[in-house]
Amino acid sequence: MSSDPGVPITPTVPSAPSAPPSVQVNGETRSLAGARAGASALDWLRSIGLTGAKEGCAEGECGACAVLLARPGLDTATEWTAVNACLLPGAALAGQEVVTAEGLGGPRDPHPVQTELAVRGGSQCGYCTPGFVCSMAAEYYRPGRTSFDHHALSGNLCRCTGYRPIVEAAEALEAPRDDDPLLARTTAPAPSPASARGEAWVRPRDLAEALTLLAEPGAVAIAGSTDLGVEANLRGSRPDLLVAIDGLAELRTLVVDDDAVEIGAALTLSEVERRLAGAIPLLDAVLPQFASRLIRNSATIGGNLGTGSPIGDLAPALLALDAVLVLASPSGEREIALRDYFTGYRTTVRAEGELIARVRVPLPLAGVTAFHKIAKRRFDDISAVAIAFALDVVDGVVVRAGIGLGGVAATPVRAVATETALLGRPWTAVTVEEAATVLGDEGTPLDDHRASGAYRSAMLGQSLRRLWAEGPPERTGG
Amino acid sequence: MRAPANPPGTGHVGQQRPHEAALLHVTGRALYTDDLAVATPRVLHAHPVTAPHAHARITRLDPVPAYDVDGVVRVLTATDVPGVNDGGVKHDEPLFPVEVMFHGQAVAWVLGESLEAARLGAAAVAVDYEPLPSIIELTEAIVAESFQGARPRLERGDVAEGFAASTHVLEGELEFAGQEHFYLETHASLATIDDDGQVFVQCSTQHPTETQEIVAHVLGLSSHQVTVQCLRMGGGFGGKEMQPHAYAAIAALGATLTGRPVRVRLSRQQDMTMSGKRHGFHATWRVGFDDDGRLQALEATLTSDGGWSLDLSEPVLSRALCHVDNAYWIPHVRVDGRIARTHKTSQTAFRGFGGPQGMLVIEDILGRCAPALDLAPEELRRRNLYAEGQATPYGQPVRHAERLDRAWQQMLDTSSYDERRAAITAHNAQDPHRKRGLAITPVKFGISFNFTAFNQAGALVHVYKDGSVLINHGGTEMGQGLHTKMLQVAATALGLPIERVRLAPTRTDKVPNTSATAASSGADLNGAAVKDACEQILDRLVPVRERLGATAPWEDVVHAAYLDRIQLWAAGFYRTEGLSWDLSTMTGSPFKYFAYGVAAAEVEVDGFTGAYEVTRVDIVHDVGDSLSPLIDLGQIEGGFLQGVGWLTLEDLRWDAGDGPQRGRLATQAASTYKLPSLSEMPADLRVTLLERAAEDGVVYGSKAVGEPPLMLAFSVREALRDAVGAFGAPGRAVELASPATPEAVWWAIEEARR
Repeated sequence: MSSDPGVPITPTVPSAPSAPPSVQVNGETRSLAGARAGASALDWLRSIGLTGAKEGCAEGECGACAVLLARPGLDTATEWTAVNACLLPGAALAGQEVVTAEGLGGPRDPHPVQTELAVRGGSQCGYCTPGFVCSMAAEYYRPGRTSFDHHALSGNLCRCTGYRPIVEAAEALEAPRDDDPLLARTTAPAPSPASARGEAWVRPRDLAEALTLLAEPGAVAIAGSTDLGVEANLRGSRPDLLVAIDGLAELRTLVVDDDAVEIGAALTLSEVERRLAGAIPLLDAVLPQFASRLIRNSATIGGNLGTGSPIGDLAPALLALDAVLVLASPSGEREIALRDYFTGYRTTVRAEGELIARVRVPLPLAGVTAFHKIAKRRFDDISAVAIAFALDVVDGVVVRAGIGLGGVAATPVRAVATETALLGRPWTAVTVEEAATVLGDEGTPLDDHRASGAYRSAMLGQSLRRLWAEGPPERTGG
Repeated sequence: MRAPANPPGTGHVGQQRPHEAALLHVTGRALYTDDLAVATPRVLHAHPVTAPHAHARITRLDPVPAYDVDGVVRVLTATDVPGVNDGGVKHDEPLFPVEVMFHGQAVAWVLGESLEAARLGAAAVAVDYEPLPSIIELTEAIVAESFQGARPRLERGDVAEGFAASTHVLEGELEFAGQEHFYLETHASLATIDDDGQVFVQCSTQHPTETQEIVAHVLGLSSHQVTVQCLRMGGGFGGKEMQPHAYAAIAALGATLTGRPVRVRLSRQQDMTMSGKRHGFHATWRVGFDDDGRLQALEATLTSDGGWSLDLSEPVLSRALCHVDNAYWIPHVRVDGRIARTHKTSQTAFRGFGGPQGMLVIEDILGRCAPALDLAPEELRRRNLYAEGQATPYGQPVRHAERLDRAWQQMLDTSSYDERRAAITAHNAQDPHRKRGLAITPVKFGISFNFTAFNQAGALVHVYKDGSVLINHGGTEMGQGLHTKMLQVAATALGLPIERVRLAPTRTDKVPNTSATAASSGADLNGAAVKDACEQILDRLVPVRERLGATAPWEDVVHAAYLDRIQLWAAGFYRTEGLSWDLSTMTGSPFKYFAYGVAAAEVEVDGFTGAYEVTRVDIVHDVGDSLSPLIDLGQIEGGFLQGVGWLTLEDLRWDAGDGPQRGRLATQAASTYKLPSLSEMPADLRVTLLERAAEDGVVYGSKAVGEPPLMLAFSVREALRDAVGAFGAPGRAVELASPATPEAVWWAIEEARR
């Protein structure tokens, strides 16, 4: 399955691997020998003749490349998880189990998802279809599914059908039959990719080894590859060494105690969403609006903060929540408040070789939280502006005000002036209107293709007015 | 029309069939052009060298450094072209330019053993440029009088007289955006050369014959030395009518020079940066109404943004002028058309082909003018619908105008329009933050190519000795279900179960001299040609059938006919009769018929942000006697949502600043250019096919369906206008930008509140 555990892994850039790792594709074991640096899992799958998955955009926006991976589950040992194969390095398939549209069924023995799509007019040109099939199949096998969650398809674009027959097909799906082999697979343990290496890619054994590897010049940490994959595909980025940290147990913890919720940096956003189980309502509001399910299945909370995007959707929320990052390096751990983390456009205080290990959200949480995302499209769009609120109103007075903003400056920022304008003031229409005016002047929003600066500024103030209008007049928290 | 030879069997016309390749689509088995490349040994990969200027002269182009890159095999430049260095039909699109005309234009191509090698090689090619002044925005072009091609005028009556008879005269202007096709499959070609130097190009093209012709003229060959095949396309929408030719030519040129197969496949960014889009337009208008709100006169100037070369801009403009009336009788009309030349991609065909742009102008006029006339927009629209006996401004009688009125009334009845209007009024009175809007709009769309010669088609039908049938026709399959319909037509015409008929991929060596699969005409033209071929064969079988008896199995008849030395294959042909078009006067009857539709849309708009949802859409659409109801439903729904995308969401932005990125397409990726996702699907969508709508003289009484439904989306734009108006005082006109993005809607709300 994986590379020979006897081969010592040294913290150097590996040359061509001597024993290429393998992957299971549609039930067959295949050598990953042909997975070259810079080539995606999609490229590799297509190179072995599995051309069902397509490249529609090469940046995880269209879902035409979606395939299923067997991943550790929450409610069952294994879950079939749909991911964008265009973003994942081919080498990262090492030790994994992949199912493509071809593997789900053939023209003579189609899978129930395939049958429903076919007979209901769910495909026209057919190019996006294998990707829809995989996203839909992942939802089909979701443990405990009682109805079809439309968000499962939020990362798949179709230009032909108008979606109605696709949704109809999804809603017609019954539960998998008991003898369904992919259902049966979910009860067995998930593959647990051992340490492995490919061309310019390595999966370390543990965090210590990862940190040693990352200390090398040119080494870059990679988890879901939803950002690096875009850099590779669209801008030809070819790091010397990708260090895969997505499977490291030390980074996959989620601990809730009296003082804080601490979230492992390598948990995917889908995992965070489900494992929090409502523990942080503000994140519950953010996560369904964060990119698409396909992206959330790969993107990690650490990766999202690691890229230092000025927009993000998580950063504004975590800023409002007074989150703290735990950074790890070979010399140990240090903590930094998220509000002190960003230093400029895609730059942070994180040092070379330093890794985000965990994100800590202090308790108690604010009583009033909200997340307002302003974008052109309702699903799967990048925010023009994102505004997160975490307020406490006690006896009619604002006693805590955390407001995080994305899309209005070179980094995500706290709306400090607005917070000051609210703190200690009565939570009234007058206060809100005054603070909304202040909020409208926060940041330095730009004009770009997503929105004008004037609209962005206007939306800041509007978000506080909306919070007031939508909420009960008196709320307590703390 | 002749009745079917045998009683209907399975899969005949009018029966509901899934797409013929649906099971291949869903199981990942359907092959597209670039899937073939993966399995082609020794294939070379092509990557363009692209210009970083909107307008510039190339002062030096040195390919030599590229050869230092490992895996680079060949750099293609102008000196390699044995024939004509041009990728278009107007001879204004140099394949290898000396003058760069838009940001991202390919100036050379590099072939490599891998795409990575070709990419790195392209980066290594040394090019020097002398930047030149550029025109990016349409309004800049108008001021600079930068125009290209014909400047047609469509005129009827005397507009001065019309305005004199008007009690309300209003005027305005509107600029509205184009649209990226965003077919999921980007442009792709794979060229190989056989032992005799024959060129075989597999290409994702809506127009194989023209691809063949361009490849031939670039290579200096005759058409019979070039064969183009299109297996299927991953979407076309007009974007693959003209635009694939140059890429096919690059692949063919590379294959000719290297003797190896060459693959050209554009990345999404390259495709969006390099290939043409729907034309954006600018319109100025003056309109006159009488006291009853009846249109008296329309005077307008429509300027399309053609981009850097002509491409199909002239016929697109003709269709825009021919659709400026949409479904309304306007006695006096004068509309001038112009095509701006800008330093952008060369805009091209896109579903509707100018029709949507012309119709948007009149729908915008009616939506804006209704308050001034003190009429509800739906009443203003209905009062002006064509009646039987009236003719379009270009002089074509509007046949079956009663269908428009019938569809309108059916819509009012079945969508509970009046009750919902009342409910919306009540809702809006009590909710200060969220307003609902409702609108109903019609579609009348002319079917046939304006250019009469294109209205012809061929087919080749083979009956084999075992009774199985293979059909070829000149149309291409891009997801619209044309092949499904052709199978149904052949099965019906021959009286066979559909399983006995197979369809082979579109190839120029099977059916020559084909027209583009475009103008919604694929099924009309090719269906009639397929039917013609089938009927020829049936005619020849009559003596055998008489001898063996009416109940003899088809297989026995065929076998006996073979022994009788009867030809069992036939070439079918069809040309649309009764068409006329005089381009110089812009008059005639260019369309075989009109397709009609009516849509009613309801939206809810958030006053805090301008964000909105389309909550319900009802559609009554006229497809004649449907050849294939499931396919037609898919075209209606898919076209509608594509129109919604154009009008509300899809926001093409070019950098119009003076910096180094001037002219760069800012929305050149799926992350920055948003097409409708599942979230834009109306929560409640109800589509009905108009009954009693058989179309005489078209194959099995059917009607074209590809383009007309796109324009049903005007209902959504007008519903947004209605909702925006509810934020302000009653009776005020609402101006709405297009696309009506949440931001655009919010600014309109701000204006309404003023």
